[in-house]
Amino acid sequence: MVTLKDYAGGPTAWCPGCGNFMLLRAVQEALVGLGKEPHEVLLVSGIGQAGKLPHYLRCNTFNSLHGRTLPPATGAKLANHELTVLAIAGDGDCYGEGGNHFIHAIRRNIDITLIVHDNQVYGLTKGQASPTSDTGFATKIQPEGVILAPFNPVLAAAAMDASFVARGFTGEKDHLVGLIQKAVRHKGFALVDVLQPCPSFNKLNTFAWYKERVYKLDEGGKYDPTDRVAAFQKAQEWDSKIPIGVIYTNPKRPTMEEQIHAIREAPLVKSAAGGPDRSRLERLLEEFI
Amino acid sequence: MLDLKIKIGGEAGQGMQTISHTLAHVFTRGGLHVFSVQDYQSRIRGGHNFSELRIRESPVFSMTRGVNILIALNKETIDLHKGELYEGGVIIYDGEKIKVEAHQDLLSVPLDRLAQEGGNRLYGNSVAAGAALGLLGYAFEPLAEVLRDVFGKKGTVAEDNVKAARAGYDFTTRNGHSQFPWKFKPLDDRRRMLIAGSEALALGALAAGCKFVSAYPMTPATGIMTYLAGKAREWDIIVEQAEDEIAAITMAIGASFAGVRAMTATSGGGFCLMVEGLGLAGMTETPIVVVEAQRPGPAIGLPTRTEQSDLEFVLHASHGEFPRAVLAPGTSEEAFYTMAKAFNLAEKYQTPVIVMSDQHLADSYWTIDTLDMSRIIIDRGQLIRPEETEKLVGYKRHAITHSGISPRALPGYPGITVVTDSDEHDEEGHLTEDTGLRTRMMLKRMRKEIGLAQEISPPKFYGAVNPEVLLIGWGSTYGAIREAVDLLQSQGQKVGMMHLSEIWPFPSGAVATALESARACFVVENNATGQLARLIRRETGKAVTGKILKFDGLPFSPEYVMEGIK
Repeated sequence: MVTLKDYAGGPTAWCPGCGNFMLLRAVQEALVGLGKEPHEVLLVSGIGQAGKLPHYLRCNTFNSLHGRTLPPATGAKLANHELTVLAIAGDGDCYGEGGNHFIHAIRRNIDITLIVHDNQVYGLTKGQASPTSDTGFATKIQPEGVILAPFNPVLAAAAMDASFVARGFTGEKDHLVGLIQKAVRHKGFALVDVLQPCPSFNKLNTFAWYKERVYKLDEGGKYDPTDRVAAFQKAQEWDSKIPIGVIYTNPKRPTMEEQIHAIREAPLVKSAAGGPDRSRLERLLEEFI
Repeated sequence: MLDLKIKIGGEAGQGMQTISHTLAHVFTRGGLHVFSVQDYQSRIRGGHNFSELRIRESPVFSMTRGVNILIALNKETIDLHKGELYEGGVIIYDGEKIKVEAHQDLLSVPLDRLAQEGGNRLYGNSVAAGAALGLLGYAFEPLAEVLRDVFGKKGTVAEDNVKAARAGYDFTTRNGHSQFPWKFKPLDDRRRMLIAGSEALALGALAAGCKFVSAYPMTPATGIMTYLAGKAREWDIIVEQAEDEIAAITMAIGASFAGVRAMTATSGGGFCLMVEGLGLAGMTETPIVVVEAQRPGPAIGLPTRTEQSDLEFVLHASHGEFPRAVLAPGTSEEAFYTMAKAFNLAEKYQTPVIVMSDQHLADSYWTIDTLDMSRIIIDRGQLIRPEETEKLVGYKRHAITHSGISPRALPGYPGITVVTDSDEHDEEGHLTEDTGLRTRMMLKRMRKEIGLAQEISPPKFYGAVNPEVLLIGWGSTYGAIREAVDLLQSQGQKVGMMHLSEIWPFPSGAVATALESARACFVVENNATGQLARLIRRETGKAVTGKILKFDGLPFSPEYVMEGIK
């Protein structure tokens, strides 16, 4: 039986009080709860404080470039779809540098869970605005406050009919564990945008700021995440109340892997062993005569 | 000795390439050798495009100046190309559609009317192909066979085209210039292949066991993904059109990390975007094959034309240092075998391999005897199989070894995890900022270049040994240089060629020796600055005598090369 010990990793380099610690713990607990062995799991991360997460637990890891989390995760999943693939990104990483990949991963509906550490600020480069920074948020680069409108990832994902869209909060760890597990179990592309305080650089959206606003969508049992109109409404709540939970899901969309002929029977990495048959290749030459 | 050229010109969309390709197949099946080039503009309709083919009894590698038959599908073709006609050459055109002053070179064939009489004006291209064959006094039946193969069993389309071609053939047989001086017949029925550079690159990838292709369409590289996409179902290959070139290369890297042979293909502009991915492959030691099909730059440049101006770019692409191989095949035949080698090198040395193509190589067709599949040996290097459990004890993805090559396991193997990082990392693959370890990891990665250098084949030599003049080229200039050597030698000059189809790691010793053996050395390059010449200087300390350069977007002809020797 897999336990938390199996997922134990090395020392971290995050600031004290960082939301990443709870996120790391939530990922470990979610995977243990799902009964996944570390060798069955591949974490693909980008660059930023979020990108370091895979180094702090034990599992297969491809720590990619800034913004380039989803493409290698997509390639790896297509090459071996038996792997449980999680893409770990930050808000700048995924919604800024990697924004195009985010859009197209939703279109592909590949069975990957994307966890975005969304602290609304750049941590590794020390405090610049991120795509999700609130308008008016002042930094050394934006001393008079951000004048751009924030990117709303859950609204954008729902608008693109992403098959699973959720928002979590590191201050609600057990709830977050549940969301990650639902996302991993979901067949298709799953976004878990995780609100996470950055005690070093975001003095606006603090732990207390989030804590007084977030509420759980699934409490009360009335919210239907397959209702897209309701999802649009929930996805736009922000200033005074912020919903967490599964905001939108469309279980009817087929996954990318289900539609690819080459992997209908076995993962590509298994069927590729041995190389192509020589006599078949020789027959192929006839097409050029 | 037979040496005949047919040029077919018109607007984009008029089917010049169809006529050219049909005729190329007819002559190849007749035991003759064909070389064919395409010159087109970046538009789907209109403009001026042409396709040209050259037919000989012996292998042909290049286009030369002069045209025997010009098939003009519009007036502009006549205006632009009539001056290229040899004495006795003929212009086939539709006099009922194109109004020009009568001239002895002009042979009006009612292409449109004969096509309509055959049932459909779309069959005009078959009429034109038939007309050319009639003029040449060549047998008709081979054309009928090719048309039947091309159009297959689509209703009466095949037979209607055969009828249309027959009408064109009969017309020129009756009304053609009986004095047309270049009549010839099929040689034999040897079954040779006709294959373009892009097709050969793609076929080489398929034969090498490439299972994953992610690419973004870009001329002149698109033909590679097009071919493989057409074979994806039959051969269980995944071909994914990525959202951009950054995704294309990093997706392929992800697939390779998970254990399948993966590649991408692009042109210089797309390769600009891929550069960070190249470094990612270098740092994470992930095998990857990238085809860089060059076109004139910078920026969008001349999108559909040819150039060799990205050599220094691919040699230096990415920040930081890591081993890489750069290969540059000169013909479609070589392109096929080069791809197989590229995948082996990428996996053996766990590093990027770049295969250089360009529009001239990509779009030109060569007649070749065959491709020998027994020469394709798949060597996956130090890839550990999951059952080799003794090799997986205490597994470290980036173990420091004497050769620099770390045995490679794949994510998913029970009992181990495979970790890699774009940051500098320790042997396990976890990020590190330890400066001493950094030095050891750099040395480990760079040691792979020693083995890689030993894999690089020496340059190919042709023509005179210890020549008066040595012509030096790389990539697609092979044909023009080789034929220039033939022509100069036939004039009694002592000329040789050295061709580099494997450029990096640079074969310095062989190149230096060759430079010493010749009295004068000229590089022949489709670029403005002589990038190979600079590389030779840097790697051997020797300067060439001169540079024969061309950067107008068009390929070299042997004549142009000869004129450049001064």
